Amino acid sequence: MLMTNLEHVETAAQHQEVIENNENVMICAGRMGPMCIPVYAAMEELREEYPNVKFMDMDFDSPEAHVIRNAPECAGFMGLPFTMYYKNGKVVKATTSIQMKEQVKAILDEFFA
Amino acid sequence: MENTYDVIILGGGAAGLTAGIYLSRAKVKTLILNEGMVGGQMVLTYEIANYPGIEQTSGFQLSMTMKKQAESFGCEIKQNVQITNIDISGKEKKITVGEETYISKSIIIATGGRSRNLNVEGEETFKGKGISYCATCDGDFYTGQDIIVVGGGNSALEEAVSLTKYASSVTVVHQFDHFQAFEHAVEVAQSNEKINFIMESTIDGFYGDEKLKYVNIKNLKTGEVYKKEIEGVFIFIGYMANSEKIKEQVAVNQYGEIMADKNMATNVSGVFVAGDVREKKIRQITTAVGDGAIAAVNAIEFVQN
Repeated sequence: MLMTNLEHVETAAQHQEVIENNENVMICAGRMGPMCIPVYAAMEELREEYPNVKFMDMDFDSPEAHVIRNAPECAGFMGLPFTMYYKNGKVVKATTSIQMKEQVKAILDEFFA
Repeated sequence: MENTYDVIILGGGAAGLTAGIYLSRAKVKTLILNEGMVGGQMVLTYEIANYPGIEQTSGFQLSMTMKKQAESFGCEIKQNVQITNIDISGKEKKITVGEETYISKSIIIATGGRSRNLNVEGEETFKGKGISYCATCDGDFYTGQDIIVVGGGNSALEEAVSLTKYASSVTVVHQFDHFQAFEHAVEVAQSNEKINFIMESTIDGFYGDEKLKYVNIKNLKTGEVYKKEIEGVFIFIGYMANSEKIKEQVAVNQYGEIMADKNMATNVSGVFVAGDVREKKIRQITTAVGDGAIAAVNAIEFVQN
């Protein structure tokens, strides 16, 4: 279980439901590790600024996280966390490894403005 | 005034948070301004086993405890802010964050350091796609593969050894003909059969398509450049001081590290420094904490006099 203040995606079915029922979704799949924690922290802080985006995380090691681990957009990813951005159920952007708040904001502004 | 403080601390890592604890506990009105997430490089440490009094913790947990402690004494903390201007020349020190200006009698610079990059072609492109800066985070992606570790300090050699749990082989590429790491770390790495060494060399560029495929290795002695196919490279080549925004206003050494006396006082009246941004040899959480306490006590004395 990830020790964050974000809502967690726990199953593949829930993942599908979330991206289908929300226009803009950002999900960060990681562990409680040094490259992942700053991304969760950025997401927690950006929630107020981007009320039109649903911010969630997912335990990378959960078998259910195959929906992100094996996504074609993550082919070649070799660094945690894997972070996905969905618009109307479709992946519009995926990033690997640590991202600073400003980098996350730039993506949110580009795809979810 | 709302934005007026006795002391403003720039940076919320181990040094800054410790200073915040000491100052606030002494009823000195204190603000910590931090450009990233509170905790600094501490957060980037998976496991801490040598912090006295705590047998084992993570950098994240220790950071959160220090933050809570500072706030419990009344320290104000603003994280993830963008400092746009610093003026420490006058009696009143002025720090601008966007539209807001914060004023204080004293400043403690505790902006820390950050990992050094190689700054060569392809490094940004393949970050997370073959290039990593964290063995404990990404080591298992390289199970059964041949990888490279760049660097020759303690971090590089310790991480090279830890990566042999996953990788078939680890090649350490180091720019000098000797290591900067402690002798024990060198011995452990050299006696590991999975580790081999390419000395007096560096990586000149990273290449591939969706993932890293190969690197160019440059022999720094002969100038020869050759290609080596590889899927993973871990970079541990030390740290640099985060002093860019203030180094024109305070004395720094050739590496941009801020110089101070034994009281952590800089050459500017009322301006103190603590932690990894300071010129010093040993950079540990424990030494940052020590710096933070010394800087805070001397800042208290400065403010009260």
